[in-house]
Amino acid sequence: MSESYKKTLLDPLFESNPIALQVLGICSALAVTSKMETALVMCAAVISVLALSNVSISLLRNFIPGNVRIIVQLTIIASLVIMTDQVLKAYVYEISKQLSVFVGLIITNCIIMGRAEAYAMQNGPFDSLLDGIGNGLGYSTVLMATAFFRELLAQGTLFGYVVLPKVSDGGWYNPNGILGLSAGAFFLIGFFIWALRVWKTDQIEAEG
Amino acid sequence: MRHNALYTILFSGAVCVVCAVLVSSAAVSLKQDQLRNAALDKQRNVLFAAGLADPDDKLDAEEVQRIFDNIRPVVIDLETGEETDIDPTSFDQLKAAKDPSTSREAPPNRASVQRLPDNALVYEVLEGGKPAMAVLPIEGYGLWGTLYGFLAVESDANTVRGITYYQHKETPGLGGEVDNPNWKAVWPGRRIYDESGDPAIRVIKGAAASAERAPYEVDGLTGATITSNGVTAMLDFWLGENGFRTFLEQFKEGQAE
Repeated sequence: MSESYKKTLLDPLFESNPIALQVLGICSALAVTSKMETALVMCAAVISVLALSNVSISLLRNFIPGNVRIIVQLTIIASLVIMTDQVLKAYVYEISKQLSVFVGLIITNCIIMGRAEAYAMQNGPFDSLLDGIGNGLGYSTVLMATAFFRELLAQGTLFGYVVLPKVSDGGWYNPNGILGLSAGAFFLIGFFIWALRVWKTDQIEAEG
Repeated sequence: MRHNALYTILFSGAVCVVCAVLVSSAAVSLKQDQLRNAALDKQRNVLFAAGLADPDDKLDAEEVQRIFDNIRPVVIDLETGEETDIDPTSFDQLKAAKDPSTSREAPPNRASVQRLPDNALVYEVLEGGKPAMAVLPIEGYGLWGTLYGFLAVESDANTVRGITYYQHKETPGLGGEVDNPNWKAVWPGRRIYDESGDPAIRVIKGAAASAERAPYEVDGLTGATITSNGVTAMLDFWLGENGFRTFLEQFKEGQAE
């Protein structure tokens, strides 16, 4: 793989993470991260929608009339999201029940529109595919990290397996209630962004 | 890039047609699987409520069907409690509750049930060919949305066998603890009706004593007072005179015969 492909694919993980640097897609990052299992399925759904929407929009980029481009992008994205939702309902019913409305809300996830408009409209299909997967992975990194701490600290489990036995189940761990709530994810994502900017100091915004 | 208006319209039209075809073919081709999943999920939850299966068992469709051989789904008339000849396999209680011709406005109630269906789908669990338990559908508002579940009642029409929720939007770790097996384990053996015949079972604040000492009380969910109250309210409504009380009385009489 050439350097530039690698950069397209891997940069969104930490260098230009869609959640941490661009602060996009926060809504679902708060909503579906109370358990790792749901977060994982959500990540898979977002990666596939993002990759497919980037590719299809990139293929059409020279034909889409400029004045209706946002509507066209949104139509394509919405169709992909509905299809993803249908597939989840058919094959992983339990989890799709827990994700409920949030799969549908991928349509309004700014990362997807953002990448379509900022990248797929200017680049070829293969680059766009990598960009889509890369940004999906960047989103997933933050989601999985958040879900890890939320599930562990709020429920004492990881992927449903008991790691810290709760007091209410006869164990010793007293769960942290606020991390069970969406607000808890704000704190975690805040810490994530902080840690990332300590590591990569060029992401710190100029004061002023 | 500039295009003329006709091109824009044609292009948009083409995109719409292609997307519509893709979406509808996905919906149509996957519909059977989805319906099967939803039906299976409901059946599983009937078994959980009745204590005939454990959520950890991960039962597949065949095993569920085998246990269901001893369960008789019946559509009843809520008002009279009598059995009707409506086919239980095609009856959808949620749909019936929305249709004005098969439902009426529910009397004011704390469970925020808006419409009351004329008929309800209940499950009679047979033991040795005789009904030993009834599994009743319950629904009511919690904190974030409506909780849907089942309550299994013993043949004395007064003792709880179990409870389960198959759909809710409560906060995981707080109200979402209605799914916690330890909380559900508190229910079996609790009594529903007091001497006057009114539903007396309720979710209290804090821990309840044993079923013998506090027959009408169930442990509250920590940090989820509104969900706990919602559970009390929906039991009060669905086990009361607008709900399954008439049916349960007849169910009990049917046992004595």
